[in-house]
Amino acid sequence: MANLKQVKDSKAKSMGLHKEVLRGRTQQVFFNPEEAENFFYYGSHNVDFNKRTEVDAKDLTCKELNDKINSLMKDGYGTVVVKNPQGKHSLGVGILNKLNLIFEGSLGYFGVGSIDGPVVRITGRVGWSCAENMMAGKVVIEKNAGSCFGAAIRGGDLICKGSVGARTGIDMKGGTIIVGGDAGAFTGFMMQRGRIIILGNTGINLGDSMYDGTIFVGGKIKSLGSDAIKSKLTSQDVDWLKRKLKVAEIGSNINVSKITKIVAGKKLWNYDQLEPTEKKGAI
Amino acid sequence: MAKKKKIKIKKSSRAKEKESAREKMIGQHIGYRYDVNLVPDYKKITPFLKKYIECMGWDDLNWLEDIHMGYEENRPAVFDRNANGWVTIPKKIKLPDNQQDRDMIARELLVKFQMSPNHPLVDLKKAYKKV
Repeated sequence: MANLKQVKDSKAKSMGLHKEVLRGRTQQVFFNPEEAENFFYYGSHNVDFNKRTEVDAKDLTCKELNDKINSLMKDGYGTVVVKNPQGKHSLGVGILNKLNLIFEGSLGYFGVGSIDGPVVRITGRVGWSCAENMMAGKVVIEKNAGSCFGAAIRGGDLICKGSVGARTGIDMKGGTIIVGGDAGAFTGFMMQRGRIIILGNTGINLGDSMYDGTIFVGGKIKSLGSDAIKSKLTSQDVDWLKRKLKVAEIGSNINVSKITKIVAGKKLWNYDQLEPTEKKGAI
Repeated sequence: MAKKKKIKIKKSSRAKEKESAREKMIGQHIGYRYDVNLVPDYKKITPFLKKYIECMGWDDLNWLEDIHMGYEENRPAVFDRNANGWVTIPKKIKLPDNQQDRDMIARELLVKFQMSPNHPLVDLKKAYKKV
């Protein structure tokens, strides 16, 4: 905190941040709550899930493939099958639309990052930082995933049926990550909101420096990180877990009531030291 | 919408109790005024939300699981991450005295607000969206 004080005295003050008051952020209610049953976000493409097409990614670069997916959505295709992704990086990123996207093969680094809405199924493996910054939608990986799986996700369901690497769900601010196998060290590192379900074992320092959120572990925990503590599983948690695992199509043989629940000890909470602008990110 | 739920929520004194000196100074509450870890009760889901889930091709509330009814200046409100601001709940909506029901109403209103042609992002997208 010593550093923070130093910043307050110099940089933040010179930028005028101390005078800033977070009033005026409330939106006026200028819409009728009974309106708009159109189920359509402005600017998104109106796609039909029954309209299906296939794309061969063998000779396409990542940008070409992503542009291709975008143009197919513009044409109303709601189901797109990508063949031969060949472990290329950054495929399927930035899709802000409802879509049924299937990758027949494996993805490289940063696959399906920053998505907001699509349902993605990957039949192979994925590299580092899969679904980073995901906002909404569902991603299912049939095999294993690399490190930083679901880094900084804000919402949606991210499912890996195999095992995942280290730092899964690092800095996550919402959503649900479900892992059928084991997870590496520092799972849930600095997580702020959301839920992680690991059906297998976890590595060292689980939930290290977590601010908030919940981690459910079905197997053994090698060690808990700083400020991560065990908590009691409620009946509501059990119902939710059963439902979630059914949706994820895994864990049918798991006794949900024996799952360990980990939450933040909240000793690291320090909201009163935050600058108003920093608090925007904390909400 | 939610016509059956006529029980008026008691004026929340909880919000005032928790107001710290720091919160008074900046005029806004810090952090959370509700249980962010509360998982949704799917028995309480509204027909509108059911339709929304079906339309999007999901199996459950998906990103809406993280949406809760909060408070802004002692009025019930829901945080819209797209607009980065709190959307206050219209006064004519009577809120039930149950967090799970209130959360479902918050989710429904937020989706309607985001899909409304009056959402602030509509103008922004018109001005700045890449073609």
